[in-house]
Amino acid sequence: MTTALFAVAGAVAVVAAVLVVTSRRIVHAALWLVVALGAVAGCFGALHAEFVALVQILVYVGAIVVLVLFALMLTRAPTNPLPNLTTGRSPFAAVVAGVLAVLLGTGVVIAFGNEKVDPVPAGSATDVGTAIFKTWVLPFEVLSVLLLAALIGAIALSQRKKAKED
Amino acid sequence: MPLILPLLLAVVLFCIGVYGVLARRNAITLLMSFELMLNAVNLNLIAFDAWRVDGLATGQTLAVFVITLAAAEIGLGLAIVLLLFRGHGHVDADAARDLAEQERQETPELQEKGAAT
Repeated sequence: MTTALFAVAGAVAVVAAVLVVTSRRIVHAALWLVVALGAVAGCFGALHAEFVALVQILVYVGAIVVLVLFALMLTRAPTNPLPNLTTGRSPFAAVVAGVLAVLLGTGVVIAFGNEKVDPVPAGSATDVGTAIFKTWVLPFEVLSVLLLAALIGAIALSQRKKAKED
Repeated sequence: MPLILPLLLAVVLFCIGVYGVLARRNAITLLMSFELMLNAVNLNLIAFDAWRVDGLATGQTLAVFVITLAAAEIGLGLAIVLLLFRGHGHVDADAARDLAEQERQETPELQEKGAAT
């Protein structure tokens, strides 16, 4: 049952991800990103990581994609299809991605081809919260400092005066 | 469920992200491809966490951390993209060559300095 659920969500994720990187309309690409990230959240749910799935929907779909859409609006992205959104070196890029996929795929199949995973319900907010605030509290604090640094950096970048012409 | 299923899905998503980073031109689509790659990493973390149940929720905690990092990364990235748009009027990653290495021009003054040092 979980396997079928995971397979369906994974297929949706792959199709949506392909559309994200190949769509000629940039706003459509951003909206397909919602589908791809939501499908990956479904995969997390099938692996019994419910809390991570909810965080994924909350942060990615709720915050990051909205931020991307705002950036598209602010940079006056056109809504009509753009033929030159993909550069001329896309066949080369496809070859690189394909070779990388074959390499990683063979490595993964050789290393973990016969392993079975039996998802147990260990992904509730209680479990993850206990783990974060009991075992991983120092990395959590470091991460909050890093978030503060990113916040200050974003504000400093957006408040910068235009540099003088040389 | 075979462990290979989520791992192969992560491989496919990561390589789609690699293709997007290499083939796209708009800087915002590059950032979207980064998000796809980070999601593939998260999928790996969750899959290995479900495979190797250690009671500490290591993989899931790290996945939450990576999601937070992705939020910080996209915030900074979009700030840089908006700055690029304000300065140049486009967000074309190929045309933004301000940091590219220029052909060094040998001026007499520089040559003198080089001779002196």
